[in-house]
Amino acid sequence: MTVSGPNKGGPVLRVDDLRVAFSTFDGVADVLSGVDLEVHPGQRVGLVGESGCGKSVTMRAIMGILASPPARVRGRITFAGEELLTMGRAQRQALKGTAMSMVFQDPMTALNPVFRIGEQLTDVVRWADRRRGLRRTASERRARILEVLGQVRLPDPERIFDAYPVQLSGGMRQRVLIAMALLNRPRFLIADEPGTALDVTTQDEILRLLNELVRDEGLALLMITHNLGVVREMTDYVYVMYAGNVVEHGTTDAIFAAPAHPYTRALFACVPKLSGGRAYAGIEGTLPDYTRPPEGCRFHPRCPHAEARCFERPPSFDLGEQHHSACWLHAPTEAKS
Amino acid sequence: MEYFFFIVRRLMWSLLVLVGLSIVIFMIARVVPGDPARIALGPLATTEQVANLRHKMGLDRPLYVQYAVYIGGLVRGDFGQSLLTQRSVALDLRTAFPATLELVLATIVIATLLGIPTGVLAARFKDTWVDNIGRVVSLLGVVTPSFFIALLLQLLVGYYLHFLPVNGRLDPSVSFTPDITGLVLVDALIRGQPGVWFDGLRHLLLPAISLAAASLGQIARITRSSMIDVSRKDYVEAARAFGIPDLVTTFKYMLKPSFIPTLTILGLEFASLLGNAFLVEMVFGWPGMAAYGVRAILHKDFNAIMGVVMITGAFFVFVNLLIDVLLGTVDPRIRIRGARS
Ligand SMILES: Nc1ncnc2c1ncn2[C@@H]1O[C@H](COP(=O)(O)OP(=O)(O)OP(=O)(O)O)[C@@H](O)[C@H]1O
Ligand code: SF4
Ligand SMILES: [Mg+2]
Repeated sequence: MTVSGPNKGGPVLRVDDLRVAFSTFDGVADVLSGVDLEVHPGQRVGLVGESGCGKSVTMRAIMGILASPPARVRGRITFAGEELLTMGRAQRQALKGTAMSMVFQDPMTALNPVFRIGEQLTDVVRWADRRRGLRRTASERRARILEVLGQVRLPDPERIFDAYPVQLSGGMRQRVLIAMALLNRPRFLIADEPGTALDVTTQDEILRLLNELVRDEGLALLMITHNLGVVREMTDYVYVMYAGNVVEHGTTDAIFAAPAHPYTRALFACVPKLSGGRAYAGIEGTLPDYTRPPEGCRFHPRCPHAEARCFERPPSFDLGEQHHSACWLHAPTEAKS
Repeated sequence: MEYFFFIVRRLMWSLLVLVGLSIVIFMIARVVPGDPARIALGPLATTEQVANLRHKMGLDRPLYVQYAVYIGGLVRGDFGQSLLTQRSVALDLRTAFPATLELVLATIVIATLLGIPTGVLAARFKDTWVDNIGRVVSLLGVVTPSFFIALLLQLLVGYYLHFLPVNGRLDPSVSFTPDITGLVLVDALIRGQPGVWFDGLRHLLLPAISLAAASLGQIARITRSSMIDVSRKDYVEAARAFGIPDLVTTFKYMLKPSFIPTLTILGLEFASLLGNAFLVEMVFGWPGMAAYGVRAILHKDFNAIMGVVMITGAFFVFVNLLIDVLLGTVDPRIRIRGARS
C-alpha cells in the first residue's frame, strides 16, 4: 500500500458511525444506521449491496451534497485528518472537487445539456482555483483541461472542449465525467457505479481506464457498484452493505475466498446481471421500509439463520486480521465458521 | 445545418398559416349578412348608387377574383380603402398597430423582468413564506381577467390617487406624432424629447401592468416549476459536488435550462395576450388595433377587418418564429439536431 500525504499511515477517509435520516411524508426514514468505513491512501475500496441499501446516500454524505433538510447527518467523517461534518462551510466547500472528487454515474444526465463541455470544465477549475488562491490564466486552465481530456483518451480534445454534450456519445461523455473528476488533481475519488448506463463493452473500457488512472496517479478510490466481477478485478478491499449497515468487510481476496455473512453469501450465490442488474434472485423478500426498520440485525426477516439473539444488533466480529462480519453466527464464543 | 432547415421549414409553415388565415377571414367577411355598400351609403341611398359603389368596390365580381385582387394588393402592402375612414387601411394601421405593439412589448418586458425572478425566488425558497406569497400572487395574476385588473387600477391609481393618467397614449396638451417607428417611447428618445418620453411612459404603465399580470403569473409559475425540476438533475448535484458556488449554480446552471419551458409557454401565452390587449385597450382608450378593429367590424368595413386580422396574425406567427429561433439559441439540442431529445 502506498502511503503519502500529511496523515502518513492514517486513512485518507474515515467514516465513523455515520447515521443519515430523512424526514419523509411517512415519517423519519432511518436510512444509514451507523456506517463505519476506511479508505487508505492508494487503496481501491469497493462498496457493494443491492439497490436501495444506502450506497449513494453514503457517497452523498461523504461529498457533502445531501440536502438538509430533509437529510439529518450524524456521526463523523474524517478526511485527511480533518473532521468534515463540523468544519466551517468555506473550508468544506474548498475540498469539493479538489482533494476529494467524484465520478458521476450517468453520462446522459450528469452534464448540463445547454453549456459547452469546455465551459463546464472551466468552471470546475476556475472556482477550485479561486478557493485555493491559485492564480491561473484562462489559457493555462484551458491547457490543463485539454491535457486531462487527452488523459482519459478522448480523441481531439480541442473539439470536445467546444462540443455540447448532445454531440458526444455516452462513452465519450463518461470519459468527460472522469476528466472532470481528475481536473484538480484529487487524492481521493468516489465513483458511483460509473458506466452502468452504458453498454457492456463501453462500460468495460471505462472501468479499465478508471482503474489505470487510479493506479497511475496513486489515488485512493471508493467505488460503488453492483458488479461483483468489477469488485474482484478493481478493488483491494470490500464493504458489503445491507439496509444502511455495513454487514461484512475485508480484503477482496478474503471475501471472495470465503464470504461469511449470510447476506454476502446470498449475494455471491446469484450471478450478477450483465448491466449491473438490480435484482438478486437468490434472496427472498425485499429491503425493509426505512421508516420502520427491523430491530437488531436488519437482515433477520430475510435470513435463513435468524434466531432470537438476532433481534439485538450484532457488533462486528473478526474473522481474520482483515475480514470482519456483523453477524451473530460469527460471535467468538460459538465455534462456527 | 439541420437547424437552418428547421428554421426554413418553420418559415414555410408560417407563410402557409398566413395564407390560410387570409382565405378564411376573407370568406367569413364576405359571407356574413349585410351589404357593406349599403351600410356605407346609409338607408337613404338609391339602389343605383349602391350598385355603383358595389361595382367600384369590385363586389359584383366572382369571389375568387375578389380574393386574387385583394392578395395582389396585399403583396404590395396595399390593404385597400377603408369604407369608414375613407383612407387607405395601410395608413390607418400604421398608427394603430404600433400603439398595440408598444403596449404588448411593454407588457412582455414587465412580465419577464418580474416573472422570472419571482419564479427563481419561489423555487429557491420552496415551501417557505416567500414561495407561498409568490404562488398566491402568480395564481391571482393568472386567474383574474386583465380587463378587470385594468378597471381596478384605473379606479384606484387613476381616479382616487391621481398617480397616473388613465386614458390614451399621451396627454392631449402634448403634441407629438411618433412618426419614425410609431412607438412613442422610442420616437421621443430619438427626437430627444424627455418630457414626451416621460408622459408616454406614464400613460403606458397602467395598461401594460394590467396586461402583464396574467403573463407575469404564468412565467413565474413555469419558471418556478422548471427550476425545481432542474434542481433535481444530476448535473446540478454535480455542480454542487464540484464546489461551484450556489449563486453560479442557480443563475447559470439552473436558470438557463429552466428558461426553455418558459420560452415555449411564452409563445402560447402570446395568443391570449393579444386577445386581452384588445380589452385593455378599450378600457384605457388606447388608440390601438382594438378600437379600430371593433369599429371596422360594427361597420362591416371589409378591408379594415382583413387588415387588422392579417396584421395580428402575422405578428403572432412572427413572434412564434422568433421564439423558435430563441429556443435554438438557448438549447443546443434543438440547434444541433433540429429537435430536443
Ligand atoms: N432525499 C431523500 N429523501 C428520502 N429518502 C431518501 C433520499 N435519498 C435517498 N433516500 C432513501 O435512501 C435509501 C437508499 O438510497 P440510495 O440511493 O443510497 O440507494 P443505493 O444503494 O445507492 O441504490 P442504487 O443501487 O439503486 O443506486 C432508499 O430507500 C431511498 O429511498
Ligand atoms: S445476525 Fe442473525 S439475522 Fe443477521 S445475518 Fe446473522 S444470523 Fe442472520
Ligand atoms: Mg445509487
